[in-house]
Amino acid sequence: MARRSLHLFRDLYRSRDPFPKPFLQNPIATLLHPAISSALLQRRSHAFAAPPPPAMQNPKPSNGSGDENKSPTFHSSLNEAEVAKFSAIAETWWDFEGPFKPLHLMNPTRISFVRSTLCRHFKKDPYCARPFQGLKIIDVGCGGGILSEPLARMGATVTGIDAAEKNIKIARIHAASDPLTSSIEYICTTAEELVKGNKKFDAVISLEVIEHVADTLEFCKSLAALTAPTGATVISTINRSVRSYATAIIAAEYLLNWLPKGTHQWSRFLTPEELVLILQRASISVQEMAGFVYNPLTGEWSLSDDTSVNFIVFGTKGSE
Amino acid sequence: MMAALSTLLVKRGIARKVVAIIYNLNVIPRRNFCSVDAGGGAHSNLRVEKAQDSEEKVEMTTESGQHDIAIVGGGMVGLALACALSSIPLTKHLSVAIIDSNPALGLRTCLMKDDIPDSRVSTVTPATISFFKEIGAWEYVKQQRHAFFNQMQVWDYTGLGYTRYNARDVGKECLGCVVENKVLCNSLLLCLQEKDFEKTIYPARLTSMSFRSKYASAGTGTYQASNKSISSGTTLSDDTSEQIHHGHLVKLDLSNGKSLHAKLVVGADGAKSRIREIAGLKTTGWNYSQSAVICTVEHTVENHCAWQRFLPSGPIALLPIGDKFSNIVWTMSPEESLRHKSMSKDDFVKAVNHALDYGYGPHPQSSFLDHYMERFSRVTRHGTLSTAEYFEVPPKVTNVVSERLAFPLSLMHARDYASEQVVLIGDAAHTVHPLAGQGVNLGFGDASALAKVIAEGVKVGTNIGELSLLKQYEKERKAANVTMMAILDGFQKAYSVDLGPINLLRAAAFHSAQYIAPLKKNIISYAMGEQKWPLFS
Repeated sequence: MARRSLHLFRDLYRSRDPFPKPFLQNPIATLLHPAISSALLQRRSHAFAAPPPPAMQNPKPSNGSGDENKSPTFHSSLNEAEVAKFSAIAETWWDFEGPFKPLHLMNPTRISFVRSTLCRHFKKDPYCARPFQGLKIIDVGCGGGILSEPLARMGATVTGIDAAEKNIKIARIHAASDPLTSSIEYICTTAEELVKGNKKFDAVISLEVIEHVADTLEFCKSLAALTAPTGATVISTINRSVRSYATAIIAAEYLLNWLPKGTHQWSRFLTPEELVLILQRASISVQEMAGFVYNPLTGEWSLSDDTSVNFIVFGTKGSE
Repeated sequence: MMAALSTLLVKRGIARKVVAIIYNLNVIPRRNFCSVDAGGGAHSNLRVEKAQDSEEKVEMTTESGQHDIAIVGGGMVGLALACALSSIPLTKHLSVAIIDSNPALGLRTCLMKDDIPDSRVSTVTPATISFFKEIGAWEYVKQQRHAFFNQMQVWDYTGLGYTRYNARDVGKECLGCVVENKVLCNSLLLCLQEKDFEKTIYPARLTSMSFRSKYASAGTGTYQASNKSISSGTTLSDDTSEQIHHGHLVKLDLSNGKSLHAKLVVGADGAKSRIREIAGLKTTGWNYSQSAVICTVEHTVENHCAWQRFLPSGPIALLPIGDKFSNIVWTMSPEESLRHKSMSKDDFVKAVNHALDYGYGPHPQSSFLDHYMERFSRVTRHGTLSTAEYFEVPPKVTNVVSERLAFPLSLMHARDYASEQVVLIGDAAHTVHPLAGQGVNLGFGDASALAKVIAEGVKVGTNIGELSLLKQYEKERKAANVTMMAILDGFQKAYSVDLGPINLLRAAAFHSAQYIAPLKKNIISYAMGEQKWPLFS
């Protein structure tokens, strides 16, 4: 516990530090994958990432500020390179055996967390087939709509947004084929843009997105701004731990080929403590947290309290 | 888009009127309808739909013919699935279509207990009984004829192998229950009718099944290209909206000219499944070059035990069916089955009594081996009560009271139980040797598992036709079904040879099953369907 608060304190301290410091937090990444990690270090959120140490020998890719230049229409929390990466494989969103297979496998597990927390928060009957009836939910970073569609089937009025035009196109075509999901409103935009339109939602959900975002604090602030005063926010991501490096990067991308190489950038991952802290600064107080664990024998994911790799948090808007 | 939708609505409105007119011509009170005889043909079919419609208030779904799930085959397993779906809170909102040309589906007759029992019976295991209780159908079975049995005697013609199972060995009241198939069907139908559940029964045969082109490969342009089944009179925009609307649905065409759409098609249409064939799901299996002769027989006393004797040609089973009746399932070569089917009643009765008594070999005798085993089991304090029970001769058969039916036996197993939007349950996925009466129990296991998987899918907002969801069902059931099939096939193979050493091996196996209590318990629990694996659990 003491160590955890120390960690939190350090991060808080780091995030407020106006002067760059050598980045020492992930030596493993630097050792194993200098090319990837250095490129990614530079793109880490402004809140936590310090610029790369001068000693790094790698060629300098376009960094965080460069990204912003490439997307003049959208606010800074967007990472243009990530958008391009997902556009390239957008066609395969609904291919269960394709690049998004791990996400499909994980989907029921993360949805069951969303379902149980939202049912509790909004006092809905968890044994009913459409418990989200009457709730306005936004899926931020909806991709091909693999979360938006289930939410719509569960009765919610769903808005799905994604920065990649291609994703939105795929999502629209797919959703139109089922009357239950054809009411989903898909918009190619960012959370920041929506905030400008002063939109509010009962629940703001952004799963497996924050690790692809350039400015996490700005992103969380936008999520908070989209959340109605009594609403809820759900975010899931991958922990920055030794285990997550071994499983989410080495195993999933390089050994098992579950994910296209370069899908994730370890240094960009947030620890649960960091996420809680960022959310707090965005005036969202985390109420519940759970981890997902994968059982390689059964090939199934399940919820657990082990947050060392994948984890999900549920928060409500705190009054500041 | 709006224009297209409104056109669609107008079309539907007209259709509703037309249907209403047709139905108005046949207004018949439901009670009357229930007693309409089965041979009514097309005329009675219409009334079946009328009755269903007025009862379930499913106007919209009937006319648009759009359902969540279409169950093809309204037999025991198909009806059990419908019942299971209607009893789970998460799935009871689903609209279900049942497609079967069997007119009995529309009839609502309460069976008379003093009828002569039908020769088509099922031995339901305690696991199946609890499934029926869960879905609320068991109370209807209880009101009709059924026969519990708490003992089972299995022996073979060599006089070496003999074992006797007692429900007490596993601390249960019964080992199983013999119920006529028509009683099971009727109970499930009654149960389904009591529930507030959106279901439509289509009294017709399936003629074809077609899938729309995949959305992913198709832009909006291909929606029109793939849309050939819509009549040419409609406008283009109408086509498109309809196509988009039905884009993810499977279209089923029926023999009465109707068609319907469903998100998920369940093939519960038996061993010769048409759904399996159209979906292109491959099977493996073989014929046993054996046939089973089934019929109902009468005794002078009531029978409370299930009897099974392995004969050189195959097993013969005598199952209690209530009152002084029993059911015979006798496996033999196809030629012999024809002979036994056509021989006189008296000759058949003689043949049955012969086969269940001294025919083909002696009664099992207590041998030195038995004494040794008994002492062993007493020493290990694992002795079960029935080790002390001695061989009994089954009650004599006095008369054959039903028609004798013969059907060929085979083993068949579908390599995949599911493809996109299609799933197989029951005999459509697997047929087994009837020697332990497990076939229909496996089917009920499928129905129960599929309903639960669908509920899980609904819970997390999955499209119920999604292959990844259906694969979960397949994964769960395949293991269980293959294990049981392998065991039954092994039994069949073990008894298809008559050779000294093999006979001894069989006898040894029988003895271990009789005297090694933990093994015996395992075997009984497994056969009762309460345990997933035969050993080590």
